[in-house]
Amino acid sequence: MIAFVITTIVCFITYLFLTTGSATADSDILGLWSQYEIIFGVVLSVISGVIARTIFVKESKRMANPAKWFIFLGYLVGPFFIGMAKANFDVAYRVITGKINPGIVRISPDLKTDLGITMLANSITLTPGTLTVDIDENKNDLYIHWINVKKEALEKKPVDCKYICGSFPKWIRRIAE
Amino acid sequence: MISEIFEIVIYIFLAIGVFFNLLAGIGLLRFPDVYTRLHAGTKCTTFGSIFLIGSVILLGLRMWWNNDADGSILAIHSIVALVAILVTNPTGAHALARAAHRSGVEPYGAVVDDLKGTIKPKAESKPKKKPVKKKKTSTKKEEGK
Repeated sequence: MIAFVITTIVCFITYLFLTTGSATADSDILGLWSQYEIIFGVVLSVISGVIARTIFVKESKRMANPAKWFIFLGYLVGPFFIGMAKANFDVAYRVITGKINPGIVRISPDLKTDLGITMLANSITLTPGTLTVDIDENKNDLYIHWINVKKEALEKKPVDCKYICGSFPKWIRRIAE
Repeated sequence: MISEIFEIVIYIFLAIGVFFNLLAGIGLLRFPDVYTRLHAGTKCTTFGSIFLIGSVILLGLRMWWNNDADGSILAIHSIVALVAILVTNPTGAHALARAAHRSGVEPYGAVVDDLKGTIKPKAESKPKKKPVKKKKTSTKKEEGK
């Protein structure tokens, strides 16, 4: 039942976002939607809530907590965006000078959920000098192509997380675990 | 006054976006192998696209501010496109890099390669042989006819 309600609400909010500007002269709500659009949206989201409830919500419901969404938004705007800006100047520097020292290293970020490891892999790909190549699905270890390998990082294997991810695993543990 | 400031910010965003997308193109030409090229192809295009789409969002918000409801459509649909790019671009790069490593492309000038030898080659070689045999037999039949 909770899964059905969550799915329906998310569907309805998405529908509202995608149908702004449908207001007509004789029927409008807040100047953005027409009444018919909203009624139809409710019907459609109840139908898709019935169909998709087992797929959309898995056994754990921890992502239904709105505080996590705000932490996620803060993560996107704060450390993630700064890391991405750094990454771009780093790539610009390497494009112009051609100085590279690449290698593929293994890190074990110690995250347990699929969502968390996906977020970490995507964040790593978009931040300075690193690209996720493969994953060890048994241990949730990531193989990373690193464009500028530091010598001191290679002394310990698997390579210490702090050289590659920075503060990302802390944030992701707060959001997804 | 506010709409003039918006106009200037939109032009600045467009300039930043075009610059980084251009940088991605130069990177694709200058880097030596597939992995380093993916570095240029993912980071710079995503960052450039954020600013390009950001300028479209600002334009939509300005239209919305001027009581044009079409602006809301423009802004919100652009945000959806931005989310799609943020999710799919690194995932696609990961799929390309993984496929390249599985088909035996070695990273250029690699200092270290922890991934080497962890993948079993048997699963790859089996399906490759079958279509080759079929092709040979089919050409023989055609010659016989």
